[in-house]
Amino acid sequence: MKIHIRNGHVIDPANGIDRAADVFIAKGKILGVGATPAGFEANATIDATGCIVCPGLVDLSARLREPGFEYRATLESEMAAAAAGGVTSLACPPDTDPTLDEPGLVEMLKHRARLPEFAHVYPVGALTINLEGKRLTEMAELAEAGCVAFGQANTPVLDTQVLMRAMQYAATFGFSVWLQAQDPYLAKNGVAHDGEISARLGLAGIPVVAETIALATILHLARETGVRLHLTRISSADGIEMVAAARATGIDVTCDVAAHHLHLCDQDIGFFNPHARLDPPLRSVRDRDALRAGLASGAINALCSDHTPVDDDAKQTPFDEAEPGATGLELLLPLTLKWAAETKLPLATALARVTFDPARILGIDGGTLSPGAAADVCVFDPGATYRVSREALKSQGKNTPFLGTELKGRVRCTLIEGHLAYDGAFV
Amino acid sequence: MNRNPQLNAHGELQHLITLEGLSREILQGILDTAEPFAEVAEREVKKVPLLRGKSVFNLFFENSTRTRTTFEIAAKRLSADVINLNINTSSASKGESLLDTVDNLAAMQADMFVVRHASSGAPYLIAQHLAATGRSHIHVVNAGDGRHAHPTQGLLDMYTIRHYKKDFTRLTVAVVGDVLHSRVARSQIHALRTLGVPEIRVIAPRTLLPTGVADMGVRVFQDMKEGLKGVDVVMMLRLQNERMQGALLPSPQEYFKYYGLTPDKLRLAKPDAIVMHPGPMNRGIEIDSAVADGSHSVILPQVTFGIAVRMAVMSMLAGG
Repeated sequence: MKIHIRNGHVIDPANGIDRAADVFIAKGKILGVGATPAGFEANATIDATGCIVCPGLVDLSARLREPGFEYRATLESEMAAAAAGGVTSLACPPDTDPTLDEPGLVEMLKHRARLPEFAHVYPVGALTINLEGKRLTEMAELAEAGCVAFGQANTPVLDTQVLMRAMQYAATFGFSVWLQAQDPYLAKNGVAHDGEISARLGLAGIPVVAETIALATILHLARETGVRLHLTRISSADGIEMVAAARATGIDVTCDVAAHHLHLCDQDIGFFNPHARLDPPLRSVRDRDALRAGLASGAINALCSDHTPVDDDAKQTPFDEAEPGATGLELLLPLTLKWAAETKLPLATALARVTFDPARILGIDGGTLSPGAAADVCVFDPGATYRVSREALKSQGKNTPFLGTELKGRVRCTLIEGHLAYDGAFV
Repeated sequence: MNRNPQLNAHGELQHLITLEGLSREILQGILDTAEPFAEVAEREVKKVPLLRGKSVFNLFFENSTRTRTTFEIAAKRLSADVINLNINTSSASKGESLLDTVDNLAAMQADMFVVRHASSGAPYLIAQHLAATGRSHIHVVNAGDGRHAHPTQGLLDMYTIRHYKKDFTRLTVAVVGDVLHSRVARSQIHALRTLGVPEIRVIAPRTLLPTGVADMGVRVFQDMKEGLKGVDVVMMLRLQNERMQGALLPSPQEYFKYYGLTPDKLRLAKPDAIVMHPGPMNRGIEIDSAVADGSHSVILPQVTFGIAVRMAVMSMLAGG
């Protein structure tokens, strides 16, 4: 199958391409960008007039809810959401039920995800058995089964000795460790950023020091063990500074931020909107602005959806009882574009944060349109608007604080290894 | 979603969920409406027919005898039919969700829900659900939600202050105690600000103050003697048993010594200062009996006024 994507504007951050050009695909791989390769005859043509053609998005955190939470989402529903969102590779955290702590579970997940229209799935294996923070998992076996990194999702390891040993063991094999920095004691019972809004609404607060204290612990252990560290969902200005300072001293550390945190802050809780209950919590305006600037400068390495489908029953409750999380796969691209437009950032820089940069963190070859790379491509119309609604969302999770909001940027089609995974041209 | 959900399209009170964001006119309107109801209580026949034929459901997801009783009396004096439901949280967590409960009761032709819930914001959830399902004719009155708001308590406190002090714009008011966990304090502070009190003080150890409390427009004092100097009104807060010993406070004895209202400390306030407490009181912990039963105390009149204020709120919402 040979595909010719015509008349589009190609943005391929890894290769510094940002111009009108055609893209040529053969046998599921990128053949070239620009001039028609000699003897190329397309079997199919995609007219990308008025559209941006970029590498498929690489999402560092998408919960597929399998195994264990099929009432919230299934692989089928969430893969349809990924394709509709232009996401062609995704990492899924280990907080399934059972957790991803056994090679068999990972093999099963990889096997289930093997359909051509499904995004590439990169499981993050559990760092400790059942995420309990007590016993190490068989990381080497899990890696053979397909895990690309090891982490704890949102569950902290309380015992710092176990955490240090887990890092040492991971470092033995060169695996990276992904951790979310939140001290569970300072965050105890907390449901919102500790500040003016939580004080006014009477919600129990999670202070910024819950993040920075956990960060200090994790960063010290990373220095000690030399492990490759990735910090998930940084939420505060102070946190960004600490990570930058640690990096300056030579610690091998990257970090990401969730798309919601770039656009929302604690004020968006409004009248106790349960959709604004997120983990980590939405913080102050100052923190949000620091996250936007940090991602632009590269202090924060990648932007992810932190896709967390939650069923209605777990969200139609008072704020403090609501399950944290928001659906995000289909909003990642429009929220990236919104951030770029609002901060006047070149589109190529913004798209790098959701394509090539996260691919490097994952250690995969995706996120580029380099000749020979897998033909994972997203074609989107940057000017087309999209109103977020329950009906429009393909994800089984309808939980998003952006319900009813109009966003710019619609995916026209998504290719995964040259296979048309989503065709929204006439939607 | 951005419009204050307790007001209808005409800016009139549809529900009473919080005092925050309500205008001075609305607050004064409620206090004015309460005046004649206070007189009803003095009559031989203590009933008026304003809510005749209406059904008021007291929906208490958290235990309360006092508040529930005063709402019940208020509704009955307005001639409403009152149904009391105590839904303890353990049975709720086992089965029916909050909104299922609401749907079932709404199907019984309720006209008003008086809601108490341990979660901040629960009455908003109910009001929004009723609106989303086309039943916004059912009114919601917040009888206390988590740490968020207790608007009728705040209103009866304002009624009491106005009764004794007349003019809000010349007063210094101190709120003393566990502000962090107190829905009463939040409602009081919003109402005092709206009614034009120039100086609102909060007095508490730092463990009992929310992080952003100064942003609510109050002066913060850790030293009670300093904070009480020259105040016209002292509003004491209740300290919950489970908070007296642990990581918030070392002991009730130490709390009483430094933050309990004693005759000695009260002497620092203005000679004609009034002392208020939302009840139930912990004598010897946040307040000395000599103060609670003393000449400055208006704690029992607060209870009486509370019925009139709740009658005013209910009649304004559902009295046609």
